[in-house]
Amino acid sequence: MRHARHLNAIAQRTPLSLVYRLAAGLLAVALCAGASDSWLLHVPASYRRKVNPYAGQPDAIAAGGRLFSDHCAQCHQPDALGKGKRPSLRTSYIQNATDGELFWLLRNGILAHGMPSWSMLPEPPRWQIIAYVKSLGPSDGSARGEENPK
Amino acid sequence: MEEPGNLEISMKNTAASPKYGNTFGSATVEFEFGTTAWWTTEFYLSGQTTANDSTVFNGFRLENRLRPLLHEHWINPVLYVEYENLNKADRSILEVTGHNGVQDYVVPNRIQRPEIERSLETKLILSSNFRGWNISENFIAEKDLNESDPAEFGYAIGVSRPFALAASPRACTFCRENFVGGVEVYGGLGDTNGFGWRATSQYVGPIIAFTVPRGPTIAFSPNVGLNDNSLGVLYRFSVTYEVQQIFGRFHR
Repeated sequence: MRHARHLNAIAQRTPLSLVYRLAAGLLAVALCAGASDSWLLHVPASYRRKVNPYAGQPDAIAAGGRLFSDHCAQCHQPDALGKGKRPSLRTSYIQNATDGELFWLLRNGILAHGMPSWSMLPEPPRWQIIAYVKSLGPSDGSARGEENPK
Repeated sequence: MEEPGNLEISMKNTAASPKYGNTFGSATVEFEFGTTAWWTTEFYLSGQTTANDSTVFNGFRLENRLRPLLHEHWINPVLYVEYENLNKADRSILEVTGHNGVQDYVVPNRIQRPEIERSLETKLILSSNFRGWNISENFIAEKDLNESDPAEFGYAIGVSRPFALAASPRACTFCRENFVGGVEVYGGLGDTNGFGWRATSQYVGPIIAFTVPRGPTIAFSPNVGLNDNSLGVLYRFSVTYEVQQIFGRFHR
């Protein structure tokens, strides 16, 4: 009871603007925390700059298509358009990501959201998968999965 | 770790001819399910047959693997906890701990079968991937739950690499990329009463695995015993098949 009275006294002495500022600050922190869920924000600069040694090579794209079919299509669907909570890989979000960013994603996965790490797969096949996914291009808005995968 | 939603079914076979004992063959069926991207759960059933003796069911194992770090590092730890309910006639030799040795595999089944061992096994698995090489180190601690036996320790170290890193553009069965080769070393490290190599069994051997495109993975590994307490040669053979998105098959 004494504790409640003490809090009440503090509230009466605290200017209203300070309460608003405090609330706005907390809201900003919450929004930042939510935004940091996006995997792109975790990608180090060294990965963003990585260049896909197989980019645009028809053989690599064909090999990547086979690898995609073996390892990725089970969740992201054979057309890479996703389904339910399994995101489309043909959204502008993925298609505009750099090859290095996608390489980081394949290496680390997003374990908390169900995307496994593919670090067991050597680097060349991971680059081949990226070459294939990029070759698909953005979809025409018919994506069934989430627009912005976590 | 298994991919989430996938079920991997594996038949692991072991065969050996111990000195002064009968040739035996053991079969273990393993069901491995990817619960999440950081948690895999497994269930094993084991049995064995011994020449001039009998065929017996050995029991089950229930295991969970957890990956505590959500990002990839140079060394990626996985915590492994397994409950075993097996009789002492078990010959699966999925791992070696304590002072297990050739003397355990020459006792007749009728004597070992009634003795049930319930134990808790924990492993710290450290795995690294570098330029196509996978390097894995396991540190094992096992405690019998219904006896006052000391905790037993063991280890396993393995290195493997695909024969080709990049995938070929055309589908092919016997491409180099479908083969993986490696070497593994494993053995006991004694127990809390005597930690170390003394009176333990140790093995080393190559391993070769072949994945049939869109089919099973077949692996073979002849392991050589490195001391008198080990079996002379231990043959391992496994067939593994992965059912992708097992629950997704029942609803559309």
